[in-house]
Amino acid sequence: MTDTCKKIGSVKQLEAVRTAAVEAAGSSAAETEKILICMGGGCIASGSECVKNALLESLDKHKLGDKVSVVETGCLGPCVRGPVVMVGADRAFYQNLKPDDAEKIVEQHVIGGKIVEELTWTDDSDNSASSPKIPVPLQDDIEFFKRQTKIVLRNCGLIDPGSITEYIARDGYRALGKVLDGMTSDDVLSEMNKSGLKGRGGGGFPTGRKWEFAIKSPDPVKYILCNADEGDPGAFMDRSVLEGDPHSVIEGMAIGGFTIGSSQGYVYVRAEYPLAVERLQKAIQDARAAGLLGENILGTGFSFDLEIRMGSGAFVCGEETALIASIEGERGEPRSRPPFPAVKGLWEKPTLLNNVETYANVPAILLNGGDWFASFGTENSKGTKVFALAGAINISGLVEVPVGTTFREIIYDIGGGILGGKKFKAAQIGGPSGGCIPEQYLDTPIDYESLNALGAIMGSGGLVVMDEDTCMVDVARFFLEFMQEESCGKCVPCRLGITRMLDIINGITQGHGQPGDIEELQQIGEGIQAAALCGLGQTAPNPVLSTIRHFRDEYEAHINDKHCPAHVCKDLVSYSIDAEKCTGCTLCAKKCPTDAITGVVKGPHAIVLDKCIACGMCLEVCRFDAVSVK
Amino acid sequence: MVEKNCKSSCKCCENESQETLLSRVDELINEYRGQKGALIPVLQQGQAIFGYLPEIVQKRISEGLGIPLHKVYGVVTFYSFFSQEPRGKYLIRVCMGTACYVRNGKKVLDELKEQLGVDVGETTDDLLFTLDVGRCFGACGLAPIIMVNDDVYQRLKPSEIGKILESYRKPQVEAEVAK
Repeated sequence: MTDTCKKIGSVKQLEAVRTAAVEAAGSSAAETEKILICMGGGCIASGSECVKNALLESLDKHKLGDKVSVVETGCLGPCVRGPVVMVGADRAFYQNLKPDDAEKIVEQHVIGGKIVEELTWTDDSDNSASSPKIPVPLQDDIEFFKRQTKIVLRNCGLIDPGSITEYIARDGYRALGKVLDGMTSDDVLSEMNKSGLKGRGGGGFPTGRKWEFAIKSPDPVKYILCNADEGDPGAFMDRSVLEGDPHSVIEGMAIGGFTIGSSQGYVYVRAEYPLAVERLQKAIQDARAAGLLGENILGTGFSFDLEIRMGSGAFVCGEETALIASIEGERGEPRSRPPFPAVKGLWEKPTLLNNVETYANVPAILLNGGDWFASFGTENSKGTKVFALAGAINISGLVEVPVGTTFREIIYDIGGGILGGKKFKAAQIGGPSGGCIPEQYLDTPIDYESLNALGAIMGSGGLVVMDEDTCMVDVARFFLEFMQEESCGKCVPCRLGITRMLDIINGITQGHGQPGDIEELQQIGEGIQAAALCGLGQTAPNPVLSTIRHFRDEYEAHINDKHCPAHVCKDLVSYSIDAEKCTGCTLCAKKCPTDAITGVVKGPHAIVLDKCIACGMCLEVCRFDAVSVK
Repeated sequence: MVEKNCKSSCKCCENESQETLLSRVDELINEYRGQKGALIPVLQQGQAIFGYLPEIVQKRISEGLGIPLHKVYGVVTFYSFFSQEPRGKYLIRVCMGTACYVRNGKKVLDELKEQLGVDVGETTDDLLFTLDVGRCFGACGLAPIIMVNDDVYQRLKPSEIGKILESYRKPQVEAEVAK
């Protein structure tokens, strides 16, 4: 990743650089085979670094080091199948690679021209472990990819995020050139309004209108901010965009800066994303060197620069006024609005704030036109949305689909259905501000309006699938605990209200639930929605209220029958050993942390309930299916 | 799945004296003095130098940047990233994001608490391990996840924890024997 680009002095010159880059890419692809290896966070965690080194070694060994290039790309999508690699012009897709597999790919595929089928993608969405896995070697044939529409992720997984020329070759900075070459602020705004783009960070406020407010604030100094404090647990869209295509965010922000009349921007990235920071930092430096950031961009007289600010582990800083306070070096506490940041934001100056995915859409909108963007999606919700698929789903990872795609299409057609052939119970969307969608709404289109009607929100795009083994009361408790810890404590409804709700729900999961608890949760929840200071507080009761609405029977089972139907709440379950199935292997007794299992070798074992802490270790380790839970 | 990354973390500045570390903090302060919003970047890098933010470092930063100590302290205690206590050689972070939670991340955490004998936020007496929870590492596809410094362990089962801890204890024992 050493590629840089010399200073580009004009829009015309940018076009020349692009043409040259496209030609270079075309000719090199003809001569050499390209190996794309995913270096997204997920694949790195699965060991892609070692696979890459093995590939390079093997290429060297066969003296192919100069002819075949190994390109480190951003997230390709199916994280669970990582490390993943794509080879050649027809994009053969290899999955779950180990370093030892590298030699085979180089020998058989790169040299021999024959795809190593045993290492390619397999289609095993029929869920049974015993059925044969069908290899689907080419990316173009894989359902997971076929059904997606990529605007935000247009370059993710296809280019080296460290190479500005590869970005330029794929129309990068062309939108910025177009804007600076004769468009006015009003022209840009009109395209943004036409596009119908809504903020992708959670609120869903029309982006064009937000920009309009910032334009109308009269002040010579304005700021433009990017919210990359992706705090919702279960969400990794923004991380993947920053890691896979950082220039798209820079370009979107520069266009925003030109439109509202700002010459300085900040990207606020959470501390948990060091790789995203590293790649964004390099991209900013390269853009400066190329004259695409800094003074007099492309010789047009427009100046704009960017700096990175890192978060320090506070969820509330995803809220816009808290984020601004944090950049100013203060405790990240929200303040009441109005005045909105568009009027009085960072250092009291008019400030435009959008999230990563929103900015990444901007160059595509300006290049292709607002009408083009609006041709995707539904009547009221335009464009595409990136989702992070996780939880009990076969193919967890990153997907992008037109807004209005149904839950069923995403979970079953793209995500390959529920893991281990289990039964779908709920889809959690929108993180701690969102809600749980039950099975009967699987055919609901995912758009802003439909989700609001179900008590959830679009949110930033985390989609966690839950199966029959998940207790919905426990999930609600999990989110409340999260919000209680992350509440900044400034306003009473959030600080005390959530604590009180957590007390009640803890009681329910511990077997102390009482009639009336559900009603009290609803009453406090509605109070917090109405009275909390910031958006995070106002939406914090949503996970509880939505699970009460859609899974009330589970709450009632906990309260009235002291029973957890999913066998999750420890105080409400008990483990036992079936004496007939137990072979007396003693494994469970050895692993039991409280010595609660008695029995002799080769004789049936039993659990002493007084000592049992219901950790479930015995169930996990038993190889004879002798341990049961109820 | 217990599989370690190639790279492992380095702490090459472990043996520097407190004076040297403090002078590096001073250099840092000089670099940022006069800049708007300098406090948080200085605290972040100060913690990287010192490993944590003891009172002496907070005072130094307060005086150096001309920000009242109560405000420095207020910021340090607000953000979970900052620590006022020394941390273990290995920081174990258990992801408690939604995906990890519904895929048994909590059981992994319970097992770690049990085996280390510490609660979340605490450090073992031998200063080897600090146990902490994280709010989603963005690797949900591989849940449940823990991170030991920069090493990621994915799709973990509680029964695999013992083996992982042992792999970090071992070099320590060997090093002590070598001494």
